[in-house]
Amino acid sequence: MSPPHDVDLAGLHQHLHAPPGQTAPGSGPGERPLRIGIGGPVGSGKTTLVGALCTLLRDRYSVVVVTNDIFTSEDAQALRAAAVLPEDRIAAVETGCCPHTAIRDDIAANLDAVERLERAHDPVDITLVESGGDNLTAIFSRGLVDQQVFVIDTAGGDDVPRKGGPGVALADLLVINKTDLAPYVGADVERMCTDAADRRSGRPVLPISIVDADGAADVAEWVEASVHSWRAGTAP
Amino acid sequence: MNPSVLLLADGRFPAGGHAYSAGVESAVDVGDVRDLASLERYLDGRLAIGVVEAAFAVAAVRANAAQIDLLDAEFEARVLSPRLRTVSRQLGRQLARAAVAVWPDAALSRLAASHDGPHQPVALGVAVGVCGGSPADAASISLHHLAAAACTAGVRLLGLDPLAVAGVQARALARHLPSVDDVAEWSTSTPSRLPAHGGTLTELLGERHGEWDARLFLA
Repeated sequence: MSPPHDVDLAGLHQHLHAPPGQTAPGSGPGERPLRIGIGGPVGSGKTTLVGALCTLLRDRYSVVVVTNDIFTSEDAQALRAAAVLPEDRIAAVETGCCPHTAIRDDIAANLDAVERLERAHDPVDITLVESGGDNLTAIFSRGLVDQQVFVIDTAGGDDVPRKGGPGVALADLLVINKTDLAPYVGADVERMCTDAADRRSGRPVLPISIVDADGAADVAEWVEASVHSWRAGTAP
Repeated sequence: MNPSVLLLADGRFPAGGHAYSAGVESAVDVGDVRDLASLERYLDGRLAIGVVEAAFAVAAVRANAAQIDLLDAEFEARVLSPRLRTVSRQLGRQLARAAVAVWPDAALSRLAASHDGPHQPVALGVAVGVCGGSPADAASISLHHLAAAACTAGVRLLGLDPLAVAGVQARALARHLPSVDDVAEWSTSTPSRLPAHGGTLTELLGERHGEWDARLFLA
């Protein structure tokens, strides 16, 4: 599967005409690929979501992925095995047993991997950075990503949105995954959504179930909208 | 003390060192490191080799651009394992980028912009110089980071008592800090005459670690 080459380059490269007086070239909104972090607890479905997003977006956008799973090559292999992206569009980063450090306190290795992938596959539209499974206090540094998605799931306990934490409260998009399992684990999806909304000052919450790639269609739509805002320079 | 040099010495300085175990992950795998005593023994061996890295950091502190390139080539020749060369350049690249973001400087910019990046000791030495640190500072910081990387990995991988490990780290570092005479010699030495004693087992384990299917640490 090769990246798309028939995309609207005029639209893609409007960043070249970005207004003067902004930050250094190639670093501000719209001037480089949109970087999106995908975080969340172990087993909530981050890798599955990344795989589904690649499947849904790869024909229209040039996508690269950096993965940080604790066993670093495992996520990359899962993505490769599913053939969602060519192997050279995926890079794995070691996190020294501390996945949250690698996405928040010391982003050096992730930034290095992101920049190398973006340079090797220029032009890239979307860079996905998947964190290793972590706890509810993990959050991506703004120095690493422009937007972040926090993925929790019904089987992880429906009190997670009520407990809050930076991921639940501050992520640009909160995904509540595995809604299909809710009846089996006694989880109340509606309450999860209400509790989450209470903590998120109007930022979006999407309940989904990725039994196939189409289950991530709503998230893909959010990603596309984010790309458009990013290019237009209206992203936060 | 110079606050910039303190920042460079801090393990929390965001240059990616937290994911480097100085070979401890593979040493744990083969059973060479399994408790406090074996960690201390490993540290003695690793710091003895680490003198090479310290010497190159010292030599880079006041080097000009041509000398920096020569030091980089000489250090490359001292690392047998292609994997460990790659790791050293990744760490050097990350350090140069973090440092130039804090202390804008032409020499650091050049290193940060180079394609594969400089070797870690070269980047460290240049950064110490830019911060106004001395060659002795460069030696101490180089060996301190090496010892800290190994000790932190011991805590994380084996669940060793961090208080006891801190003691191991302090004792081992005290045993291996170079003398004033060594530092003076390295800072004026021709690069080809800098120390060149490698550790065969470290290189072999490092190379093998690079082939692991799953790693927690960079090396």
